[in-house]
Amino acid sequence: MNSLTNLLGWVDARFPLTKLWKEHLSEYYAPKNFNFWYFFGSLALLVLVIQIVSGIFLTMHYKPDAKLAFYSVEYIMRDVPWGWLIRYIHSTGASMFFVVVYLHMFRGLMYGSYRKPRELIWIFGMCIYLALMAEAFMGYLLPWGQMSYWGAQVIVNLFSAVPFVGPDLSLWIRGDYVISDATLNRFFAFHVAAIPLVLVGLVVAHIIALHEVGSNNPDGVEIKKNKDPVTHIPLDGIPFHPYYTVKDIVGVVVFLMVFSAIVFFSPDLGGYFIEDNNFFPADPLKTPPHIAPVWYFTPFYAVLRAVPPMFGSQFPGVIAMGVAVMIICFLPWLDRSPVKSIRYRGTIYKTALALFVISFFGLGWLGMLPVTPLFTLLSQILTTVYLGFFLLMPWYTKIDKCKPEPERVTG
Amino acid sequence: MKKIFFLISLLASTMAAANSGIHLDTAPVKLSDNASLQRGAKTFVNYCLPCHSAQAMRYNRLLEIGLTEQQIKDNLIFTGVKVGDTMTNSMNKDEAQQWFGAAPPDLSVISRSRGADWLYTYLRGFYRDETRPTGWNNIAFDKVGMPHVLYELQGEQELHVEKHGEHETQKLVLTKPGKLTAVEYDGMVGDLVNYLVFMGEPMKAMRMKLGIVVLLFLGIFFVVAYMLKKEFWKDIH
Repeated sequence: MNSLTNLLGWVDARFPLTKLWKEHLSEYYAPKNFNFWYFFGSLALLVLVIQIVSGIFLTMHYKPDAKLAFYSVEYIMRDVPWGWLIRYIHSTGASMFFVVVYLHMFRGLMYGSYRKPRELIWIFGMCIYLALMAEAFMGYLLPWGQMSYWGAQVIVNLFSAVPFVGPDLSLWIRGDYVISDATLNRFFAFHVAAIPLVLVGLVVAHIIALHEVGSNNPDGVEIKKNKDPVTHIPLDGIPFHPYYTVKDIVGVVVFLMVFSAIVFFSPDLGGYFIEDNNFFPADPLKTPPHIAPVWYFTPFYAVLRAVPPMFGSQFPGVIAMGVAVMIICFLPWLDRSPVKSIRYRGTIYKTALALFVISFFGLGWLGMLPVTPLFTLLSQILTTVYLGFFLLMPWYTKIDKCKPEPERVTG
Repeated sequence: MKKIFFLISLLASTMAAANSGIHLDTAPVKLSDNASLQRGAKTFVNYCLPCHSAQAMRYNRLLEIGLTEQQIKDNLIFTGVKVGDTMTNSMNKDEAQQWFGAAPPDLSVISRSRGADWLYTYLRGFYRDETRPTGWNNIAFDKVGMPHVLYELQGEQELHVEKHGEHETQKLVLTKPGKLTAVEYDGMVGDLVNYLVFMGEPMKAMRMKLGIVVLLFLGIFFVVAYMLKKEFWKDIH
């Protein structure tokens, strides 16, 4: 024990190990009233680690080559010992990443976690979300099935709708006139090296910013306003370690149960996590009758299709899709409510949030279906609701009748 | 109110149109039935493998459905390859494309892309159609390039279309019986589809078994983790 303490002292004299441990774990004071929704931050971190580790093992046998890719995945599934497990963990992890991140973001919406002083945490979080979308999109090309191929074809073609530079831009992205071996190789490079690096960096920034200002909580009141006069520890705060580490372990186990149930009993989850059509090898000459992205992109895909082409260009739809994603970044400045948490907000915000959830799920559902006039009309209505939630927010949060916030956190 | 009803009924009919296609018969898939899988494997190497490959499937994977290496070598390998090799064939893809209009697809994961029920319907859905170059068409796959390889066994069917007002019902009628009765043929195709499902994911049975163990472990872990949390949190109010 003594020699261990000496070693720690030796390290601490050269690297702030104990200091970091205290700052971020044993003396990071988190509000004591975290509820169910506060599991998803640490779970997102867990899924990131799962994806990185399983991804590293997949690269050992995967071949980023248009001629070999499809069957190298089957080789992993059949001939590599435990390869099927690693592959299913990675494919399930991709979808579960979005499940967890969407719930994590929704938590922010409910309790106003993006409000001052946490604007930068929100911005970093949105950057993580964008990076995650890029990561998922490029990763989905790698199995080189029909949906990989045609999904990528559709998405990259969106860039050719950009006025003037569009065609050159999409050519530059693909490295070829169609999705091809060149595209597969560069997407592989981005998927396994470039974007994971960006992701990890952003996650570190997200957490540093969080620990600088402290966590929000379901009451939306600042625990730093009420500190112990002697110790300067927030009265409603408890050390993250051990309290939230032991609590998060419970969340992790429950999450792993759901995760394992999918991996072992239904890894394609009825075609939502792995699409049936992706078991056809990519065929540039055979366009599938119906191309749909994976579920986590479908809300935005529905927005894209809701906007009709104008002046013979798809560009307005692309703009609408971009706006639908990027507008989330501006929440800290759109929300004018005197309170943060939904617990003290009035009926208007609660209704608006409910409509937003309905529009998001509705668009997600419509994005999976083939286009019909009725579905397009529905998508247009829901897109309006979706954008209305954000654009009208400065107005309706101001006139909403809120309840007074308590001084201290409640149970 | 009327408008809403109209919208709902329109929605329902559009959805039905979106899922349009033929009625699929339910395939009798039973992965634990080794005898059925072995019969299916035999049909597969005899009737499918000459044209289609299964390049992800190794012959010795058949050990898992209760065959021995010697049995595989003696009864299922016709090309002289080793038992650890994959199921390939020597058909030239370019020539096959000329003969059939499309090269016969690899069947390694066909059960995962098409689904067992589709395969079961397809393999029983060939009918005579003199307008097609092969003389065959299929109820599940219109204008299919593949001729009815199993016609000797099933016999010949014809498609009868009956009109009831706006509705059309299609019915396959056996006009020339084959070597097998309809029930025997359905059984044989059922075994074949069962085998194709096995081949699509040979580790499926194993992953299900392992899944139960993993969930049991996590169940126990949950109890321990929950008690640990309770213990730590008892002084937080």
